[in-house]
Amino acid sequence: MTVPVTIRLQPDDFDVSREIAALTAGRTDIGAVVSFSGICRGSEGPEAITALTLEHYPGMAEAEIRRHVDQAITRWPLTGVTVIHRYGRVVPGDNIVLVLTASAHREAAFLGAEFLMDYLKANAPFWKSEERAQGASSWVDTHHRDDEAVTRWDKS
Amino acid sequence: MKVLYFAWVRERVGKAEEIIDPPASVRTVAELMQWLKGLGEEYAHAFEKPVIRAAIDHTHVKPDATISGAREIAFFPPMTGG
Repeated sequence: MTVPVTIRLQPDDFDVSREIAALTAGRTDIGAVVSFSGICRGSEGPEAITALTLEHYPGMAEAEIRRHVDQAITRWPLTGVTVIHRYGRVVPGDNIVLVLTASAHREAAFLGAEFLMDYLKANAPFWKSEERAQGASSWVDTHHRDDEAVTRWDKS
Repeated sequence: MKVLYFAWVRERVGKAEEIIDPPASVRTVAELMQWLKGLGEEYAHAFEKPVIRAAIDHTHVKPDATISGAREIAFFPPMTGG
C-alpha cells in the first residue's frame, strides 16, 4: 500500500488536532501517531525576540522534504506522514512546523518524526530572521548541534 | 542561466534572482562564486564568507560540482528551518 503523505508549505497557521484527525480518518491500521510541533520562542538566550520571518526556496523545499519523507518511509514501517512548514512572519507562541508520523507501533513513529525534524532543521532550504525589541533584525546562524543531529542518522 | 539568492546572500547582492552568462572557463560552483565576486562590491560582500551553500536545479551540491547544463543555481547560507 502506498503510504499517505501530506506536505504543505504555507503562510497560514495549522491546527494540530485537525491534522491528526485527517491523517487517521477511516484507518484501523494505525496504532501510534507521533506529533512534533515547532513553536516560535519569545527569547533567544538573554535576548527577547519579537518576531521571526521564515524565508524558503519554493520548489526545492517541497522536493527536499519529500525526499526525506521517502527516506523515512523506507527506513521505518510508517503508515502515514504529514509535514507542514510555515513561511513568512510569525510571533512568539505561533506554530512554525508540524511533523506527524503514523505507524502500527510507537517506535517507528518516534524515530521517523525525530529523523524528519533533524533533517528539516539542517537540510531543508528555510532561513530564519529574528526581530528584536529594538527593531533590529538578524539572520539566525546554524547550530552545530543541528548538523551533528543529522550525521547520527548516517551511522545507524 | 538563472541564479537565485536567499536570506542574507539575497540582501547583500540586492536582488532575489537574475540571469547571468558566465564565460566558458567558469566550470564549477566554486569558480562561479569566484566569478560572481568580481561583478561588484555587493557581490564581493555577499560571497566573502566561505559558508555559502549551493543548489543546482533544487539539489544540494558541493563547490566542485560542475555547472554545465544547470538551469537554476541557488546560493544561500546554511539552512535554519524547523
